[in-house]
Amino acid sequence: MASYSTNEFRSGLKILLDGDPQTIVENEFVKPGKGQAFNRVRVRNLRTGRVLEKTFKSGETVEAADVMDTEMQYLYTDGEFWHFMVPDTFEQYAVGQTALGDAAQWLKDQDFCTVTLWNGEPLTVIPPNFVELKIVQCDPGVRGDTAQGGTKPATLETGAVVKVPLFVEEGETVKVDTRSGEYVSRV
Amino acid sequence: MADWRPSAAPARPHRARLNALLREFMADRGLLEVETPVLSRGAPLDPGVESWRAQAPDGAAGYLQTSPEYPMKRLLAAGAGDIYQLARVFRGEEQGPRHNPEFSLLEWYRLGFDDRRLADELVALVQTVAARGPDWFRPRPGVRRVRYADLFLDALGLDPLRCSARDCAAVAEGAGLSIAGDLDRDGWLDALMALVLAPGFEPDRLILVQDYPESQAVLARASNEHPGYALRFELYWGDMELANGFHELTDPGVFAARRELDIERRRRNGQEIPAADGLFAQAMHAGLPDCAGVALGVDRLLMRLIGAERIDGVIDFPWGRA
Repeated sequence: MASYSTNEFRSGLKILLDGDPQTIVENEFVKPGKGQAFNRVRVRNLRTGRVLEKTFKSGETVEAADVMDTEMQYLYTDGEFWHFMVPDTFEQYAVGQTALGDAAQWLKDQDFCTVTLWNGEPLTVIPPNFVELKIVQCDPGVRGDTAQGGTKPATLETGAVVKVPLFVEEGETVKVDTRSGEYVSRV
Repeated sequence: MADWRPSAAPARPHRARLNALLREFMADRGLLEVETPVLSRGAPLDPGVESWRAQAPDGAAGYLQTSPEYPMKRLLAAGAGDIYQLARVFRGEEQGPRHNPEFSLLEWYRLGFDDRRLADELVALVQTVAARGPDWFRPRPGVRRVRYADLFLDALGLDPLRCSARDCAAVAEGAGLSIAGDLDRDGWLDALMALVLAPGFEPDRLILVQDYPESQAVLARASNEHPGYALRFELYWGDMELANGFHELTDPGVFAARRELDIERRRRNGQEIPAADGLFAQAMHAGLPDCAGVALGVDRLLMRLIGAERIDGVIDFPWGRA
């Protein structure tokens, strides 16, 4: 099993801690002039998203987490699992609700996502930064009503609800930033 | 790709000014500036510092100094008198917001001084210099003095000589600190000092921690007044460690015994054992005069004076782009 020494610690490194794959968010070297050195790190649990602080005696080693980001195409859902495929190999992966998390509301057939695999099992899914989705329901625009910044809620074909400007109508396709969940433009 | 450009342009004139003020302070008090080799044939064995190894084209090995202590003490043993040096030193893999493997130390020795008197001079130096910079930050006047033992007893309820590694771990746990890796008592005391106690020091204050446990004496002499402790001090400005000083150990027998302990600790930790500095050992036998010495981290002092958060802010080409 691959392992890392604390002197290889840097942000982004994926390590196995308390049985879970975690990514190092921040690594700080702390040492009294004549004493023992320590690495104080902040890690994000890739399974639960929880961030915690952990201190290592410098020189300690930790197991590397066998974590890999892979570009995959979203195919379909059978209601229980969401199915993805690696385009080059046609290898398919079934992703459960927990691993999928919030990505579900942005998924449209054929879109490319980043699927993080841990020991070959899907761990998380990151949707494309921008998606283009059709509005399936929203109220007609009310002209002159700009009291609330001139927006109204719109339900998209994937079920996501985003705020859109008043002039945008049902049936139109809009571009959305999945990182913020905000409307970008009409398509 | 590392950036070719310097990272500390705004700090540059401040550093030049600080160096000039430090030299002025030393000259005013009659200390002689000396220079000793950066590259040496032997290295300290203290497990707390790691030397960079250097290699000549013909294969001959040497070490970059972790401090100018050994050759300066050889000068003292040869009768050089009160001396100081503004030296570049190199330490292991030390890299972080407050660490660069190459940094500057102001180190000085005073004949006939004890640790208390030298600590006073150190505080006077920081206060004097801070007052003479172009709108530099100044620590609050004076200094808070605390014995190492009292610091641990008052804040954590730990007696540094009697507690076990397990006691320390429990106290650390209570303070929200858990550490991966085996630590002995001194390792735990270091952890508590660096990660629990120092972060609580008042930010604009100089804090002088005195009388370290003898197990952390390095080259300080043992205290007669407080058995089990050594006449070693450290100066903090807020939570930042700035300087380390000793009433210097002069007994060659004690020096030899501590060196054996250092080798044993290095073996236990799986650390390399570098070639010892035999000439320094000879000088210890020839006789070091009664004196006190201190080393002050110049980069860190500059960080505090100008309010820099990271050491990159005061070093133009830190190791990442050296």
